[in-house]
Amino acid sequence: MMATSYNAKDEDGRVTVCGPGGGPLLRGKKPENTALKQQRLAAWQPVLTAGTALPALFAVGLLFIPVGVGLFVTSNNIRELEIDYTGADASSPCFSCSQSFSWNSTRPCTCTVPFYLEQPYESNVYVYYGLSNFYQNHRRYVKSRDDGQLNGNEKSLTEPSKECEPYAYRDNEPIAPCGAIANSMFNDTLELFYNDPNGTKIQIPLNATGIAWWTDKHVKFGNPGGNDQNLSAAFQGTTRPVNWRRPVYELDSDRGNNGFVNEDFIVWMRTAALPTFRKLYRIIGKKDNVVPTLPRGNYTLEVVYNYPVRSFEGRKRVILSTISWMGGKNPFLGVAYIAVGAVCFFLGVVLLAMHHKCGNRNGDGDISN
Amino acid sequence: TVCHICTGEENWVDSRTIYIGHKEPPSGTEAFIQQRFPDNRIVSSKYTFWNFVPKNMFEQFRRVANFYFLIIFLVQLIIDTPTSPITSGLPLFFVITVTAIKQGYEDWLRHKADNSVNQCPIHVVQHGKVVRKQSRKLRVGDVVFMKENETFPCDLILLSSSRDDGTCFVTTASLDGESSHKTYYAVQDTKAYNTEKEVDSIHATIECEQPQPDLYKFVGRINVYMDNEPVARPLGSENLLLRGATLKNTEYIYAVAIYTGMETKMALNYQSKTQKRSAVEKSMNAYLVVYLCILISKALINTVLKYAWQADPNRDEPWYNDRTEPERQRHIVVRAFTDFLAFMVLFNYIIPVSMYVTVEMQKFLGSYFIMWDDEMFDEEMGERAVVNTSDLNEELGQVEYVFTDKTGTLTENNMEFIECCVDGHVYVPDVICNGQVMPGATTMDMIDTSPGPGAREHEELFFRALCLCHTVQVKEEETVDGIKHGIHQGKSTSFYISSSPDEVALVEGMKRLGFTYLRLKDSHMEILNREDEIERFQLLEVLTFDSVRRRMSVIVRSSTGELYLFCKGADSAIFPRVVSGKVEQIKARVEHNAVEGLRTLCVAYRPLSPEQYQEVCHLLNGAKLALQDRDKRLAEAYDIIEKDLILLGATAVEDRLQEKAADTIESLHKAGMKVWVLTGDKMETAAATCYASKLFRRNTQILELTTKRTEEQSLHDVLFDLSRTVLRQHGGMTRDSFSGLSGDCTDYGLIIDGATLSAVMRPAQEDSNSGNYKEIFLEICRNCSAVLCCRMAPLQKAQIVKLIKASKEHPITLAIGDGANDVSMILEAHVGIGIMGKEGRQAVRNSDYAIPKFKHLKKMLLVHGHYYYIRISELVQYFFYKNVCFIFPQFLYQFFCGFSQQPLYDTAYLTLYNISFTSLPILLYSLIEQHIHMDILRRDPSLYRDIAKNSLLRWPIFIYWTVLGVYDAIVMFFGVYFLFDNTTFTSNGQMFGNWTFGTLVFTVLVFTVTFKLALDTHYWTWINHFVIWGSLIFFVVFSLLWGGIIWPFLNYQRMYYVFMQMLSSGPAWLSIILLITASLLPDVLKKVICRTLWPTTTERIQVGACSLSVVSNPALLEVTLLSSCL
Repeated sequence: MMATSYNAKDEDGRVTVCGPGGGPLLRGKKPENTALKQQRLAAWQPVLTAGTALPALFAVGLLFIPVGVGLFVTSNNIRELEIDYTGADASSPCFSCSQSFSWNSTRPCTCTVPFYLEQPYESNVYVYYGLSNFYQNHRRYVKSRDDGQLNGNEKSLTEPSKECEPYAYRDNEPIAPCGAIANSMFNDTLELFYNDPNGTKIQIPLNATGIAWWTDKHVKFGNPGGNDQNLSAAFQGTTRPVNWRRPVYELDSDRGNNGFVNEDFIVWMRTAALPTFRKLYRIIGKKDNVVPTLPRGNYTLEVVYNYPVRSFEGRKRVILSTISWMGGKNPFLGVAYIAVGAVCFFLGVVLLAMHHKCGNRNGDGDISN
Repeated sequence: TVCHICTGEENWVDSRTIYIGHKEPPSGTEAFIQQRFPDNRIVSSKYTFWNFVPKNMFEQFRRVANFYFLIIFLVQLIIDTPTSPITSGLPLFFVITVTAIKQGYEDWLRHKADNSVNQCPIHVVQHGKVVRKQSRKLRVGDVVFMKENETFPCDLILLSSSRDDGTCFVTTASLDGESSHKTYYAVQDTKAYNTEKEVDSIHATIECEQPQPDLYKFVGRINVYMDNEPVARPLGSENLLLRGATLKNTEYIYAVAIYTGMETKMALNYQSKTQKRSAVEKSMNAYLVVYLCILISKALINTVLKYAWQADPNRDEPWYNDRTEPERQRHIVVRAFTDFLAFMVLFNYIIPVSMYVTVEMQKFLGSYFIMWDDEMFDEEMGERAVVNTSDLNEELGQVEYVFTDKTGTLTENNMEFIECCVDGHVYVPDVICNGQVMPGATTMDMIDTSPGPGAREHEELFFRALCLCHTVQVKEEETVDGIKHGIHQGKSTSFYISSSPDEVALVEGMKRLGFTYLRLKDSHMEILNREDEIERFQLLEVLTFDSVRRRMSVIVRSSTGELYLFCKGADSAIFPRVVSGKVEQIKARVEHNAVEGLRTLCVAYRPLSPEQYQEVCHLLNGAKLALQDRDKRLAEAYDIIEKDLILLGATAVEDRLQEKAADTIESLHKAGMKVWVLTGDKMETAAATCYASKLFRRNTQILELTTKRTEEQSLHDVLFDLSRTVLRQHGGMTRDSFSGLSGDCTDYGLIIDGATLSAVMRPAQEDSNSGNYKEIFLEICRNCSAVLCCRMAPLQKAQIVKLIKASKEHPITLAIGDGANDVSMILEAHVGIGIMGKEGRQAVRNSDYAIPKFKHLKKMLLVHGHYYYIRISELVQYFFYKNVCFIFPQFLYQFFCGFSQQPLYDTAYLTLYNISFTSLPILLYSLIEQHIHMDILRRDPSLYRDIAKNSLLRWPIFIYWTVLGVYDAIVMFFGVYFLFDNTTFTSNGQMFGNWTFGTLVFTVLVFTVTFKLALDTHYWTWINHFVIWGSLIFFVVFSLLWGGIIWPFLNYQRMYYVFMQMLSSGPAWLSIILLITASLLPDVLKKVICRTLWPTTTERIQVGACSLSVVSNPALLEVTLLSSCL
């Protein structure tokens, strides 16, 4: 393939064809004696032998197993409760809501799910909603958004990207926010009540700030004309997504959490990696050091059931979870660390035996010398 | 009579007629139509400014790989595909641009060279005056005036020169590298016209063949119309001055242009040779096909699964994810096909676009190490190794058969006259007493010890014969002020030049014996005899040497008017033609000398009567005037003329072995190569050289397959006999070949000669057995460690190479030679190596690599070849591996995203993975990796066996790499999958999306793949450290930057802060470490276990060398090597 490149070289002689003849200067041809050209650069020449691999294997084993144990213990200390409120079974409290769902119904359907917390949740409790069999990572879905529009770009607001189709225009009016992702935003409302042993029902305050990435809220997402504007004016000329009950500028009464910078919206817009996913819904802040955030006892989850999942055999869940430095409950990392560490250690032992047996037979020069 | 010949060949189409000075021939003589000829513009450039882009694009896209990527790119443009067209467009654009820039630059250089050549001023005779013209305006038929040291602007026929005899001297150094002066002859009838006025008055036409690329062949005829009486003269290559050659030693010449511009022989020779492809390239293409199949099956599987999965409309189109109307209306078949293409696009990265670029760069840059090698530089000649094609670098590490020429390759081709034998008397020139004849001290072969007067006469005739029968020129040395000194002015300033070193040795030997050849002047050869008298002989005809006849002759007329034909040549070419002379004694002496390893020539003569001479002239002229089959007819004429010879004697010339030739051959043997010597020499001489060069050892059992034996027995019996002998030892041989070459087992050496070989090779005739001869012969050869083929014609050399190439193991062959007779085998063999010898540069020009000396072959193969093979095989395997690692997670991801072709990685990562994150470390590895120190490689040739038979690119190893890639991909994908599984891994409870998932996989991927290469690197220079760690740092910096800014030109911001958020999570770090470790673990284990349990020689040496660097005591070196080799 490189033959063509050498043509030029072959014809070097021709450049001098014109001048008075005469052989090329032969003495100038001596190659330079440099380390690079003579391939004699100083180099470290490691060889991966049993001798070098053994300490490494043992080191990995000795390092990974404690780390794994630490991770495993941390994971086990995390409290997590998962409540499925899909309402697929006739016995479940949300069954009627799930059956009678219609996009056009004006009256929201609510259902109440009681649950019992066996252990008190001491630190901050994170409330997630989970969906399964929901393909947020479907290609058609993932790309169905206009980041320009979400960033507050005026032009994209009125002319949404083609990627948003078929959720770009409704009745010739541009949809804001456009696209399938925004259109299918999770719209169940979840409220949590603590059933005090004395019979009163105390609503637990759910904090909606800090559930989205800081950079998303402050940089990537932005309302048209800035967040301080009158949003209904800013969104003039656009229409709400088909499945939304309210326009985007009425997502929240709080100005800093309204429009495109609404945190629930931002959280939803970050498409999940897998078809079973959870998204952060609210945070229950720790009040003080004396009282646990969620004490042991009976609770009620009140759901305003708006989001249909039955058509695609999906499930809806609410998860209450405490968080450690390594996140939520996930024994995988700890187990994997222990496993890899153990395998390394075991292999180290096997290799040592092998090395001991065969190494002598082979008469390794590196040891004898 | 001349016209009679003309009419006979009137309808010969492949000829052209040139009107010298554009003067029409006298009307009525003929009816040639003036042809149109191109002007003298040389265009070596491929492109012009305007057609560069389209033409270069066209040529690049003709390559399958580029075309494939273009198709992928177009598919991406046309249909809705998961990745943007940029992902494949950018790398393709990069590759195409780099290649285009390279080719454009080269073409620009060519343009520059073309311009300087085309605008070079030349002098043309017009209307009796010399006019300056630009070279490109020169036209066929122009009469050109050239001065000394000027280079011919086109192919010219010499009309006249400043020398009275109408000769001129020329060097063709820039054409074929031969710096010797060659004599060219003016046309007899025009040589007297040597002023511009006179030249302008020449009225003649030239008929000649249409241009041919063969530099050494030319057939033509000149018709001179003087006094309206046309005279026809033959024109041959001795009249043709080639473009590119330089006029020397001649003040000026007049010549007429016959081939101009692109039709000159030099231009016709630019066409590149047929391309050779290396075994590695073939494996690479096989792997590509496998990967293409994997790609297609992946796409098919996914398409089928997609439609199976989508059968449920709620999965196909759930309420949250509607199709657009046009999409919905598309036919299912169209949709499925589009999906298939989309999957193809998604997975197309498995076929690495950058591999071709990297391989090309590796070969191109890597070949510089050969050129730069200090040890392959020859001080004496001032020459270093030359690489003509870098495509075959790695093939140098795969050679199984070495076919070597003898003369000039194994031997120095530095001939020294040793002795001559006249009628059985041996003469040895005494070096000290120059000019004194010393009757040889070794007179044991002499029968008649006292030469009588008749013998005396014979002796002088013999010396004269040797002084006359040659084509040697006398080089006249120039002094500083440019005054030329003839040979008569100072003997010390002159020396002999010839294309054949034997001739020089003979003429010089004669000088020492008292007969000095002075010069050729006015077709008279002058000899200074022992009495210091000048004898003049008119040179009438030269029957030039060719390798088929293996002899040459001259016909001379002595000053007394006697006519002689002197003939010299190989004994086999002379003896059958001898009618008298002391044949027996001379034959004995010749054989004796041949056994000593000397090159022998026999000399004979034939007195000619004037009538015989007339007949000879008639024969020769008839043949020379022929425009068609001239060579054949000349050969026939020579055959008739050179007969009834009287044997005079024989000469012996020694050709010393090249320095370290024996050592080199021994090393090649130890490296498992079979060395064959192919020579035109006699069996005895060649066998002696073979013993001297250790090709045959003392204990080698020699099998002969020669005419001598086949005369006694039938070829059939001989072959079966030999094969039986060899096969008896067969079992022992194979066992032996494993444990290196030990001396105690008999190894066989075969000697075969040309005649027997052609009998063996003859295609099957009525006898069904003869068809098997080839097979039996191959079977014998396979079991011989060394084979000597003597009496080979050049074409037979190529035939042998071809035979071995086509045998069932398809071994890799290497041919090495220095002369024109080796060109055919150099072109035929997988790798052709030229030696920059004394027989001109033809071999070098046609070779793939050229080295100054035979001994350099050792380093070339054992060190460079070995390295290149190691390097490129890792390069190829690694490229496939890293792309499996890259793409397999995407494949797995399809199972979790509803087979929607959702890419796992961001566009930037898809694009840059192959062209920047992982490209440089492997390129650098493939340039400078040295798994073993080069001194060890050279010292221990048996290491070469470790890589024989393409061992690093065999299917099991390829499968290992691919499986490793799949394993790594599974570890990476599922590791991250379980980490993401329905939970968070940040300390603030926030969730990550699909892009973080992909980025995490990608980060692990880049690190794993780079560390894998680091594990394979055995030679860590500062550059390796810089590139390996540098490219990882580059990846991190790029990712930070890519996610750190809202990029205004992008229509999506999906990567914004993804990488940084990921790094802010502790478990992400922990999982990166874990997954890298888990990915690398099996490979480390495999390496360690294989090394401990089944170490190869290479690995043992590596361990040994490892400890060496610690010990660093040269005395312990051997001990260590020994102990580690046990």
